Amino acid sequence: MKTLLILGGGTAGTMMANKLVDQLDRQWQVVVVDPERDHIYQPGLLFLPFGAIREEKMVRERKQTFRKNVIWKRTAIRQMDPKTKQVEFEDGSTHPYDVAIIATGTRIRPDMTPGLEAGPAAGIHDFYTLTGAKALQQALKGFNHGRLVLNVVEMPIKCPVAPLEFLFLADDYFKRRGIREQVELVYATPLDAAFTKPYAAKKLGYLLEEKGIHLETEYMTCEVDTANQRMVSYDERQVGFDLLVSVPTHSGAAFIADSGLGNELDFVPTDRHSLKASDLEDVFVLGDATDLPASKAGSVAHFQAEILTENVLAHINGQALPAAFDGHANCFVETGAGKAMLIDFNYEIEPLPGHFPLAKLGPFRLMHESRINHWGKLAFRPIYWHALLPGRHIPLSPHMQISGKQIIAS
Amino acid sequence: MTYAMELNKVGMDNEGFLLNPQDWTMELGQELAAQLGIDLSPTHWRLINFAREDYANQGQSPGLRRMAQQSGVTMKEIYQLFPKGPGKLVAKIAGIPKPKSCI
Repeated sequence: MKTLLILGGGTAGTMMANKLVDQLDRQWQVVVVDPERDHIYQPGLLFLPFGAIREEKMVRERKQTFRKNVIWKRTAIRQMDPKTKQVEFEDGSTHPYDVAIIATGTRIRPDMTPGLEAGPAAGIHDFYTLTGAKALQQALKGFNHGRLVLNVVEMPIKCPVAPLEFLFLADDYFKRRGIREQVELVYATPLDAAFTKPYAAKKLGYLLEEKGIHLETEYMTCEVDTANQRMVSYDERQVGFDLLVSVPTHSGAAFIADSGLGNELDFVPTDRHSLKASDLEDVFVLGDATDLPASKAGSVAHFQAEILTENVLAHINGQALPAAFDGHANCFVETGAGKAMLIDFNYEIEPLPGHFPLAKLGPFRLMHESRINHWGKLAFRPIYWHALLPGRHIPLSPHMQISGKQIIAS
Repeated sequence: MTYAMELNKVGMDNEGFLLNPQDWTMELGQELAAQLGIDLSPTHWRLINFAREDYANQGQSPGLRRMAQQSGVTMKEIYQLFPKGPGKLVAKIAGIPKPKSCI
């Protein structure tokens, strides 16, 4: 019996297991390792703080998310030894692999910034964990006036548009409560603009201005002075807050560092096209765990999973890897008041206006706020549970299409 | 040839990043730094040299965390040496592309 060992049962790992389990012949078993009982629909974490989604819609027992014949090993990973091709678990037991896929994602690291770990008691919150998003919901309910600061500590982060979406939704939330005038919204980012890609940065920066959200750029947080409720940057700019919504530094899983397999933030060096681990034999990397210059987002994991399915099957059959990932990402950006904007881009081509997925027809419009885009985002949740995770084919090309896009001279 | 003449010869983008990293010389680095109001000390050079080497090896300009971790110069010191956006300043002076923040 040969083993395909998938480390991590999140969006990427689950999709991969479900896609491959029926395509591999009987001498292969597919084993997924993940210590957590539940699978969380992560896009919901953005909406939970505003009471716009119920927790039970976001959580499923992990055992329900795998196809028959996928073996789930519920334990944490301690170490991976690519020389002996074995993975050691928390209880000290080991499991060999013939082919491994690292899909352990990313996690927030408030411990990497002095003061950030003080948490809700100090007015410091996050929305990247279920516990964090729930505590933030309570804090927002009780927040009637003052300054709310959204701070991204360091790039890369999971879902790079989420901080902007959070602010747009907060603007809308406080308007609906009739207290927008009493609340100051500030966005402190290490980037030199609202977003990294020039055309989108302009468009999104304009939205921030329109909504009266103050933008503090090139802000690298050094520490949080909890006694005085203020952040201090490396260039000594102080930003006071009544409520701090922090997007802490992200890193890869602890076992990656402990096994010496990662870069400076424990992300695994990965070939940007084939998704093979750059320095390891018989190991592939998928989703947020890679060091690729692509978004850490579910859509990216989905497009990668299509590519990786082909490549893993070819690798097992001793063939050259046929498929190449192009960095494709596709995100609905919630802009508040029941509208959203859609962006679609890859390694080379920045988000452009136009229509998606069909040229001229859409129905979604790229880089343009509309209600139908917002409905698209809402419609995605059932698609996630019923088509994406089970590994069913979704008729969207993993490669970015240029048709339907207007080319803008920069 | 004066440094200023050398600066005129090389291609730069509208943000002041060198278009072609091969055009870089130490003298050019010095001149670029002077134009940005920075007097280069040995620690400045340590960071500039690290950034150039890392770019040559990795094919992309290092981010701040990588620079701090691998050069042995702390983030605080880096900010003292290159105030206001050290990631971009180091890349500009080292003649390598603007560091990409992954999205």
